[in-house]
Amino acid sequence: MRYDSPLAAVGNTPLVRLPRLSPSDTVRIWAKLEDRNPTGSVKDRPALHMIEQAERAGRLSPGCTILEPTSGNTGISLAMAARLKGYRIVCVMPENTSEERRQLLAMWGAEIIPSPAAGGSNTAVRMAKELAAEHPDWVMLYQYGNPDNAGAHYATTGPEILADLPEITHFVAGLGTTGTLMGAGRYLREHVPGVRIVAAEPRYDDLVYGLRNLDEGFVPELYDESVLTTRFSVGSEDAVRRTRQLLAEEGIFAGVSTGAALHAALGVARRAERAGERADIVFIVADGGWKYLSTGVYTAATDEEAVAALHGELWA
Amino acid sequence: MAIEVRIPTILRTYTDGKKAVEGEGATIDELFKGLDARHPGIRERLVDESGELRRFVNVYLNDEDVRFLAGIATELGDGDSVTILPAVAGGMV
Repeated sequence: MRYDSPLAAVGNTPLVRLPRLSPSDTVRIWAKLEDRNPTGSVKDRPALHMIEQAERAGRLSPGCTILEPTSGNTGISLAMAARLKGYRIVCVMPENTSEERRQLLAMWGAEIIPSPAAGGSNTAVRMAKELAAEHPDWVMLYQYGNPDNAGAHYATTGPEILADLPEITHFVAGLGTTGTLMGAGRYLREHVPGVRIVAAEPRYDDLVYGLRNLDEGFVPELYDESVLTTRFSVGSEDAVRRTRQLLAEEGIFAGVSTGAALHAALGVARRAERAGERADIVFIVADGGWKYLSTGVYTAATDEEAVAALHGELWA
Repeated sequence: MAIEVRIPTILRTYTDGKKAVEGEGATIDELFKGLDARHPGIRERLVDESGELRRFVNVYLNDEDVRFLAGIATELGDGDSVTILPAVAGGMV
């Protein structure tokens, strides 16, 4: 495979069968390895696509400042593309995010504006919207509401999966901005009759939810319930256990949110097996485990110790 | 028909600080009405005037979002676990 630039190498990631975790020859689980993208996460797809679409629309030109509420991968992807394309980038992110993430953003030249930890991403989004109003010349791509986020997955992730596995029955991914599920989900629904689109939503522990207000919740503008077949809430314990299992049994070193997607994938696999149905289940490995090493979840002696190590941290 | 209901921090003022309470009911709707009898005011935080779940309230039956089951009319069985959570922006995005 040869590409004209690192940015051109986004996408076309491997789809690998998981022979040990698949329950049988007729109920098979497949991992789409999105950690193989240039900055190491699935977010390279929407980040690059949002930038290029904004350039095409004339919203973005060299010298512009990009603003984005992001606590992780999207910021890293945007910062890399911004560096190569000559944009300044400002990321608003909760102050309790890990040192790895700060260094990765700083390394690509992103400026970080911290938002209060207690308000989580909801507050980062609100602060970014306020900053955008104060700086009308800054360009907020706004991953939660930008149709080009889902559009990237409609144009690339979905078609890649269908080409590799036309017999797909289930697509499972983590739910954050909802872009992956909305984009790839729509594409697959249009091309595979009866395909089931399954969301794995991270459920953090109380420390993270603590002060969230029921009346000021947040649902991404991109979210369209009708694309999903169902939605599971996956707690830290299950996410960590599955992340470690994926490493131990299949040798795949993934971030903790991937463990949540795998947990949902194994859940639908069990249902298919029980119902005597054939299933080819694809789930997204959103990133590798590198950025989460300092939590200690991979080297902890037991799952219980690994879960304790993650206590109070955002992991997806 | 004992059902475990996990309560988010923000609603624990209604449950004397308890993280989880036991409830009863054949549906989510009945469960919430029963909870309200013992923890007055809690139902109003979860359900709007038309009797549907509020927009920023997510309710899960055994970890599955009830909006994809039968919503407020979702049927419950003995030993089920119901989790109530506020809708939040994704964490690491």
